[in-house]
Amino acid sequence: MTASTDAATTRGTAVQLTDLRRVYGGVSALDGLTLHLEPGELVCLLGPSGCGKTTALRCLAGLEDPDSGTIEVGGRDVTRIPTNKRDMGMVFQAYSLFPHMTARQNVEFGLELRGRDKASRRARAGEMLDLVGLQEHADKYAHQMSGGQQQRVALARALAIEPQVLLLDEPLSALDAKVRVQLRDEIRRIQLDVGTTTLFVTHDQEEALAVADRVGVMSTGRLEQLAAPAELYSAPVSPFVADFVGLTNRLRARVSDGRAHVLGGSVPLLPGSAEGPEVVVLVRPEGVTVRPADGAGAGAGAGAATVVSASFLGGHGRVIARTGSDELVTVQVPNTDVTRYRPGDAVTLAPRGDAALAVTAS
Amino acid sequence: MSGRSRFRRRQRVFRWVTLTLLLAFFVLPLLGMLEFTVQGPGGNGRSLETWRTLADVSQISLEYPALKEGFLASVGLAVVTPLVMLVLLVPTMTWVRLRLPGLSRTVEFVCLLPLTVPAIVLVVGLTPVYAWVYYLLGSSTMWLALAYVVLVLPYAYRSLDAGLRAIDVRTLSEAARSLGAGWLTVMWRVVLPNLRTAVLSASFLSVALVLGEFTIASLFSKKNLQVAMYELGKSDAKISVAVGLSALVFGFVVLFAMSFVGTRPAGAGRVNRLRRRRSQETP
Repeated sequence: MTASTDAATTRGTAVQLTDLRRVYGGVSALDGLTLHLEPGELVCLLGPSGCGKTTALRCLAGLEDPDSGTIEVGGRDVTRIPTNKRDMGMVFQAYSLFPHMTARQNVEFGLELRGRDKASRRARAGEMLDLVGLQEHADKYAHQMSGGQQQRVALARALAIEPQVLLLDEPLSALDAKVRVQLRDEIRRIQLDVGTTTLFVTHDQEEALAVADRVGVMSTGRLEQLAAPAELYSAPVSPFVADFVGLTNRLRARVSDGRAHVLGGSVPLLPGSAEGPEVVVLVRPEGVTVRPADGAGAGAGAGAATVVSASFLGGHGRVIARTGSDELVTVQVPNTDVTRYRPGDAVTLAPRGDAALAVTAS
Repeated sequence: MSGRSRFRRRQRVFRWVTLTLLLAFFVLPLLGMLEFTVQGPGGNGRSLETWRTLADVSQISLEYPALKEGFLASVGLAVVTPLVMLVLLVPTMTWVRLRLPGLSRTVEFVCLLPLTVPAIVLVVGLTPVYAWVYYLLGSSTMWLALAYVVLVLPYAYRSLDAGLRAIDVRTLSEAARSLGAGWLTVMWRVVLPNLRTAVLSASFLSVALVLGEFTIASLFSKKNLQVAMYELGKSDAKISVAVGLSALVFGFVVLFAMSFVGTRPAGAGRVNRLRRRRSQETP
């Protein structure tokens, strides 16, 4: 957990999911999921469609009943407690504002159910709408607001009841790219501000890495790895995590003295790597360097390659080159360097030396 | 004159001719009924006597007690039938949509079934049921509401189904539940307000059907407005036709009003505008 969340931590509630199992028609959506959320922490569950991340969140919300396993919030077992008694705020993927109520009435709804008087409801709704920057839209109905505004109101509504846990079920996936980035930063700011323990489900890895204290990568109902974003990216524990999070080059390598020899250089191996003299190492595009080949030695040597394409991607560039052993290698380069490479150019590739995961060569 | 403008003119003429023919088809019988009710004694001259009698509630109650009885029964049935239908159908359809989507085809089939069952078959089937109802609970005409609920099911189902398809019931109810609402609150505060148009539409269709229903009431020997009118027609045709005309016009008005009610988006009403202005003035 980052230092910035320390203040928030003191206000949140711990959440513990233990050995959750859920089967739909013979298909296991959750296969013994165990997950712990520290108080005030924001954990993202990331994974491909059907990996069970939404099922996990819905089980925590009480919208699905697990077949077995337990859910504890603040040390209290809530596994069989109905949704409306769990004290959790939720923002959904689909727009979920009540269409017949204004933004303010939507935010007041949960407070009204808790018996809060009109004046305090109003004050709290105003405060929450202010927090999401929509005070001036308080009297608008859902159909009078944009998608981003609706999701902000939904966030204000979920937070207004001061929930023990905030659940975000792909709340940004229906929004366009620019609004998505703005809103995800805003969600993080607000979450740090209010300090509510938060479970955020998404299939967008960039979103997960940007907002989470820890990211859990799920596959076939199980948690493959739960780690801080930087650790998850730089030290994946399985080929699935390495492949799913970020781009990965799969390169054949020889192993000796605990290092993999690849592209004319060598990289240390991460714990959990496959053993054997011949392996495939998973190397990130930024873990490889590229430079134009020297005239004399062009086309020779282990790192020799030919440029297939060079693309400008805004903040950075990408060069794809084919090695002498017919492997395609993607290399991330500074955006100003992209014009140095043209298809057919001879280049020299080399590993930067970052630790990499090795898997068995097939 | 160009070909295009000739085509438009022809189209306009065709539209007016169609509209006139349709209006004539619907209005001429009504005019005929009206003409019949204002005929003077022996068919000579014009007299508003029939309508004066109809407007005088105390006189008509005294002179035509069966009409009063039938009218009150029909009004009662027009209130009870939509209520029972809504209480039965709205929660069931919402629940099926939320929890048992696999049953939706079955529910649709059951609800549409009465369209294929002739009234006489329905009566034959319901007779033993009513025998028990009369035996246990008395033989009030209001029990006809049970049969009428079955009759209005297909129309009500279609209206409510369209309403439920227009909103994301699952997400809305889950959002309300996560905020602390129980199922009753979800139905009353979230689902029903968003089904307003569909509920009104289903209710008006039910009212229209109940007000025009004759066969089942007659076969069960119960007196509603239509049965009373039919019996009255044997003794006083003018009053009977006048009542029939009034009922028809009332039905048209109800259906016409129905096409306007609930079509405005939330917040467009004057009350809402005033409420918003007042809330903006409040610090």
